[in-house]
Amino acid sequence: MSQAAEKATEYHDLDGAEMLRVSDLHAFYGESHILHGVDFDVKRGELVTLLGRNGAGRSTTLKAIMNMVGHRTGSIVINGTETLAMKPHRIPRLGIGYCPEERGIFSSLDVEENLLLPPTVRSGGMGIDEIYAMFPNLFERRRSQGTRLSGGEQQMLAMARILRTGARLLLLDEITEGLAPVIVQALGEVLVKLKERGMTIVLVEQNFRFAAPLADRHFVMEHGRIIEEISAAELPSRREHLNSLLGV
Amino acid sequence: MTMIFGVPLMVFMGQLMLGLINGAFYALLSLGLAVIFGLLKIVNFAHGAMYMLGAFATLLGLQYLGLNYWVALLLVPLVVGGLGMVIERLILRRIAHLDHLYGLLLTFGLALIFEGTLINFFGVSGSSYPTPTALEGGMNLGFMFLPTYRAWVLVAALVVCLGTWFIIERTRLGAYLRAGTENPALMQAFGVNVPQLITLTYGFGVALAAFAGVLAAPLYPVSPTMGSSLLIVVFAVVVIGGMGSILGAVITGLAMGLIEGLTKVYYPEAANTVIFLVMILVLLLRPAGLFGKEA
Repeated sequence: MSQAAEKATEYHDLDGAEMLRVSDLHAFYGESHILHGVDFDVKRGELVTLLGRNGAGRSTTLKAIMNMVGHRTGSIVINGTETLAMKPHRIPRLGIGYCPEERGIFSSLDVEENLLLPPTVRSGGMGIDEIYAMFPNLFERRRSQGTRLSGGEQQMLAMARILRTGARLLLLDEITEGLAPVIVQALGEVLVKLKERGMTIVLVEQNFRFAAPLADRHFVMEHGRIIEEISAAELPSRREHLNSLLGV
Repeated sequence: MTMIFGVPLMVFMGQLMLGLINGAFYALLSLGLAVIFGLLKIVNFAHGAMYMLGAFATLLGLQYLGLNYWVALLLVPLVVGGLGMVIERLILRRIAHLDHLYGLLLTFGLALIFEGTLINFFGVSGSSYPTPTALEGGMNLGFMFLPTYRAWVLVAALVVCLGTWFIIERTRLGAYLRAGTENPALMQAFGVNVPQLITLTYGFGVALAAFAGVLAAPLYPVSPTMGSSLLIVVFAVVVIGGMGSILGAVITGLAMGLIEGLTKVYYPEAANTVIFLVMILVLLLRPAGLFGKEA
């Protein structure tokens, strides 16, 4: 990379700069049109949520950012780079870590192999000791087959492995789904630590009580669009409205 | 003279040795098939043709270019493996999204094309390839005479099989392969170039077949049909071992060679069918194969 380009990257890394901007994003699985013009942006160091009912297009939005769906139109700018025409394996190299809803732990790999699997995408990732300090269970079970872990441990592993890669923007899909309250609480603490480290996080979440105290802004999705943006400050006064949108 | 169940020891050990050599070829070929099936989910019917191309390239390299055995042993797997990568990139990739049956048919067609083309130029009778001078002769082990070249084939095949097992089960590249087999889309989302990995894997599997072909050239007549006759047995070995298991392919290959050799000693009439009998038994009792995972 040339010096000028390096400077440009540093500039984009400044607080408050835009980490992700999605504009008029449409996505298709074969014939079915899933996203109908999604617009939102995430600033560096922010934690935002994508809320909505099942089938609103939240998971598809994350997959579309990673170029894992069929056809896409619109614009996805990551750290100043337009990524719509990029090959799927290039996108994580911009410093993105993706944690899929189904967790995606590999059964043919042991825990440590799972942890070391994703290639480093940028410098400054967490060291293996640091990760084991954050997730002590994983250290104890590092020689176990990945899929023999409990649901909570698998979720920890799915998070931990993208922290090692140096990713600065994390896309986390339903990380609390089906987990015991004590584990959900532990995940909340992990997210707070990651935020303190300056990570930018997009959280797709069903558990609003988990997401509410963590997030800077909430985006509500319906029928493949963002229909509402609510900042953390507005939240108390608009809680009722939000509940009606989410149908809780 | 020492007898084992009514058979002279020399004969017994000699057949066992022959069986083990055949088993080494089964192991090398079924290993390549297992590696390719794992990531590409293609039953590579062109595998026998690639083995045959390996042997033919060795023969023609000597006749026309004066390349000796050792050069061929290094060069031929690279060249034939390269051909495999071209085939994957230009042909197999186009049908990767279709039912796996299409891959089977397509590779079967490719095998027929390679075989037919070479039959057109060289006929089916086959030619012999001289044993490399350094590996001529043999040693008397007391209970049997061991030709040096056969001992070499066994050692070389085992080293390559174990090396492949080590790469796949114990290295980072192997972890990519195993993970890519399970969930290619997620591997891309981690930044791994999966299409490139697939091309390299197919090339590597084909190179293993070509390596077996080079080893076979001084042992068996080099003929355009040498691959297709062997491949049927190799598929039976793969079915017995279970698709996708690396160590399973190697162990089953060697074991089936031995069983074949033993049958030749005690009931020669069944020597050519015994592997298929084992296959039927395994399919009845353990449909996923001895080392395969139940689906």
